[in-house]
Amino acid sequence: MKAEELSSRLLGYWPELSDLCSIEKNRMLIKVRSETVHATISKLKELGFNQFEMVTAVDRGADLEIIYVLHSIPMKASVWVRTHVPRDAAEVASMADLYTGADWPEREVYDLFGIDFIDHPDMRRIMMPFDFVGAPLRKDYVDENIIPRPDYI
Amino acid sequence: MALMDDLGKSLEQSAGGSVILTSLDAVLDFTRGHSLWSQPMGTACCAMELIAASFSKFDFDRHGVFPRADPRTVDVMIVAGTITRKMAPAVLRVWEQMAEPRWCIAMGNCAVSGGIFYHDTYSVMPGVDSFLPVDVYIAGCPPRPEALQDAVLQLRAKISNQSIVAGRTYHHKLLLPMPTKGVAVRGTGGESS
Repeated sequence: MKAEELSSRLLGYWPELSDLCSIEKNRMLIKVRSETVHATISKLKELGFNQFEMVTAVDRGADLEIIYVLHSIPMKASVWVRTHVPRDAAEVASMADLYTGADWPEREVYDLFGIDFIDHPDMRRIMMPFDFVGAPLRKDYVDENIIPRPDYI
Repeated sequence: MALMDDLGKSLEQSAGGSVILTSLDAVLDFTRGHSLWSQPMGTACCAMELIAASFSKFDFDRHGVFPRADPRTVDVMIVAGTITRKMAPAVLRVWEQMAEPRWCIAMGNCAVSGGIFYHDTYSVMPGVDSFLPVDVYIAGCPPRPEALQDAVLQLRAKISNQSIVAGRTYHHKLLLPMPTKGVAVRGTGGESS
C-alpha cells in the first residue's frame, strides 16, 4: 500500500493524527513527543499494525532520536514513529508490553545508545559485556582502547 | 610435563644421554607434528574456509589435522575469525583447557591484527596475539585452504625444532616447501642453542 493511501486511511480512523504525520520518500512518518509515544503506538496497534519491525536510535547531537518501525501484515504497509529524548535524561516507555518482539531490540538500543526503557521486563546489556561502561554508538563516546583511523585511509 | 622436564634434564647431564635425548625429541616431534588435532575456533567467515579445508576436497586429515570440538584432546587452536572483546575471555578459557604442548594458528586478517575492524572500534580485539601466544599467522580475508595447509606445514617445521628440555631448540630447516615422501628430512640434530 502506498504511503498516501495509508495516510488517508489512517486519518479516517484517527483525525488527530493529521498535524503529526508527514510523508517522505513513500514513508509515513509520525513525529510525537516522548511522553505520548506509548499511547501512539498502542493506538496504531489497535488500527492493525501487528508487527514490530524494529527500534533504533540516531545521535542528532543536541538530543537522541528514537525511531520505531511498525508493519501491518494485512495492510502490507509500514509506519515510522519518531521521537526525541534529551541526552542526559534519555528515557522512554517500553513497548515490550505491546509487542513481545520489542524486548531484545530495546535492549540493544539501551546497550549501544544508553536510552533507558521504562517498565522493560529485563533491561540489561545484550551485545557488549555486562561490565562495559558507556554507550559506544553515541558520538561523544570516548575510549582509550580505540585506535583512531589515520587520515590516509 | 614435570616428568618430561626431569627426564630431559637428567638425559642432558648424563654421559651419552644426548643421543637418547635427541632421538626422543625426534620421535616426539614427529608424532606431535603429524597428529595436530585442531580446535576449530571459528567465529566469522574464515570458518567457512576452515570447514572446507576439513572436508574431502582439501582433506586435512591426511596431514593429521583432525577437528575436535573438545579442548582437552586437541593440540592446536585455529582461531578463524574476528575476536570481539566479549568473545576474548571465552577463547582464553578454551585455550587454558588445552593440554600442553599446545600451539595456536591465527587465521585471517581479523585474527592476526583485527583486520578491517582495526581502527575506530569499541568491540574488536586488535589481533588474537594480544592475549594468546600465536605460533603461525596466516594473512588473507579469508585465506584459502591452501594457505591453512601451508600454515600447518610451517607449524610442523616449527615443532620439529622443539625439545623436551626447556630453552633447547634445534636448527632444522624452518620452511618445508612440500611434504616429502615418508619421514620428513631432518638435519643432523643435536645442536643445542
